[in-house]
Amino acid sequence: MNNLQAQYNKHMIRRKATNYIMLTMMVLCAVIALIPLISILTHIGASGIKGLNLGFITNLPSPVGETGGGMGNGLVGTLILVTIASVIGIPLGVLTAIYLSEYQQIGIFPSVVRFVADSLLGIPSIVVGIFAYVVIVIPMKSFSAFAGGAALGIMLIPIIIRGTEGMLRMVPDSYREAGLALGMRKWRVIVSIVLPTAIRGIVTTIMLGIARISGETAPLLLTAFGNHYWSTRIDQPIAALPLQIFNYAISPFEEWHNQAWSGSLLLILLVLIISIVSRVATRQQKFK
Amino acid sequence: MLSASWVDRIFKVITLLAASAVVALLFAIIIKLYTQSSFSIDKFGFSFITSTDWNPVTGEYGALPFIFGTVVSSFIAILIAVPISVGVAIFLTEIAPRWLSTPIGFLVELLAAIPSVIYGLWGIFIFVPFVRNYIQMPLHDVLGWMPLFSGPPLGIGMLAAGLILAIMIIPIITAISKDIISSVPILQREGALALGATKWETIKYAVLPYAKTGILGGIILGLGRAIGETMAVTMVIGNRAEISSSIFAPAHSMAAVIANEFTEATEDVYLSAIIEIGLLLFLVTFVLNGLARFFIWSVARGPRGGIRQ
Repeated sequence: MNNLQAQYNKHMIRRKATNYIMLTMMVLCAVIALIPLISILTHIGASGIKGLNLGFITNLPSPVGETGGGMGNGLVGTLILVTIASVIGIPLGVLTAIYLSEYQQIGIFPSVVRFVADSLLGIPSIVVGIFAYVVIVIPMKSFSAFAGGAALGIMLIPIIIRGTEGMLRMVPDSYREAGLALGMRKWRVIVSIVLPTAIRGIVTTIMLGIARISGETAPLLLTAFGNHYWSTRIDQPIAALPLQIFNYAISPFEEWHNQAWSGSLLLILLVLIISIVSRVATRQQKFK
Repeated sequence: MLSASWVDRIFKVITLLAASAVVALLFAIIIKLYTQSSFSIDKFGFSFITSTDWNPVTGEYGALPFIFGTVVSSFIAILIAVPISVGVAIFLTEIAPRWLSTPIGFLVELLAAIPSVIYGLWGIFIFVPFVRNYIQMPLHDVLGWMPLFSGPPLGIGMLAAGLILAIMIIPIITAISKDIISSVPILQREGALALGATKWETIKYAVLPYAKTGILGGIILGLGRAIGETMAVTMVIGNRAEISSSIFAPAHSMAAVIANEFTEATEDVYLSAIIEIGLLLFLVTFVLNGLARFFIWSVARGPRGGIRQ
């Protein structure tokens, strides 16, 4: 009996030791995962803040050796590209979500649409760039802001479809039934009851999508192409913040590297502020 | 009254058209990629993916070095990201108290929000020197006799690309694993604990087996992302179309070659060959995504014999 007890104790010690070792490993995993984030944010903050001033946001890029250059055209270009993407992506995405949530929730076609949306979400962004190049740049015979915006818009569509559908489904059916019981037409119920109820969630989804696409670089290489000068024409190549960061980062000039860090700080502030604000906003969104 | 019902019908048709347009978009992408690359597909056939000769001057196009680079860098990424991501997911759902898991989960999500060009910039100036000095140098000193770790420790190369991809896909795998693990019924845990299992044994024998299919889905989703990632990879992989046995050597990837050479491709066959690489990338990620969705979805039903709530 004593022998058995001793054996049990020995076994128990080993089990407990394994338990503590494994749990510690999990904690370590979390620490390891956060190190890159901290490193990226601190380096961008420290290296980027030096060059980030009003001139950086309003000036054109300067040639190597001259000081005072900025990424004003890149910032404006990114805003224009995101606007074009929104004009294409938001209506298409929201309307598709309304179809999936309000008109046809189950069946073959809605399943196909959801599958397509998921597939679009997973397409590498560079492939979307190729598509926009083939469909828009080749016929127009020029790289253009429109092609860049369209590529970003294609990436925006599935994000908005999946997010908006979720938000619309959170609206309780009793809201819709109340509207219908009052004799409202279905489209009226959707426009006047369902959409206003879910509007905060939908706006959040759209903002998150915009944050995501505004940092995209790869498709723009093949479509918007970049531009050293001010351009607001949608049929001409246009500058974009992430493109300029890329070109400066791979250049051999110290000065341009510093500009790339400042540009990154600007871009990351843009992206993080949009996504943090919209994430915090969704947290509060609850339906009873 | 008649007009009101017309508005209703028109509204429905508009939403149906939007949904159809989205489906048509995917078909358009497939068709355009195929027709634009058909020149290259007809000319090189199957040898396109088995030949290592990529030479725009002689007009020979074989994509194997790029496929090799994509496969190996993604494999390194998965090898490193999976244990860490699953660990973080377990930490967030099973170990950390709520006041800690919410902010840490939020920070891990932030990793996914950072644009890939910024990963690339950080990669070039901070991460690559770190990899060279603290990972490659020691590995080279100790295991340099192995072909896998031979060659000069340049920093830039396959290993750096794989590691940066790992960092980029950790938030994706973590997010899905976390959702899957928290969907495991509480009874499953209570059953194990009631039998006297330790916390780790509960996780190992009651939680992870239940969640493993869904976690696999998350891993495949992360793999799809790693395969398609362009900017960060092209900035740190070295962009050299060679197949080397060493993970220290510079390499190239499918997405990176598109980004680098697309706008320089003046000849039809050159452009067509690059678009064929795009088509291959598309097909691989398309299949992987379908597979991932299937695995994640099948967990929602629970495994056979599992406790249901």
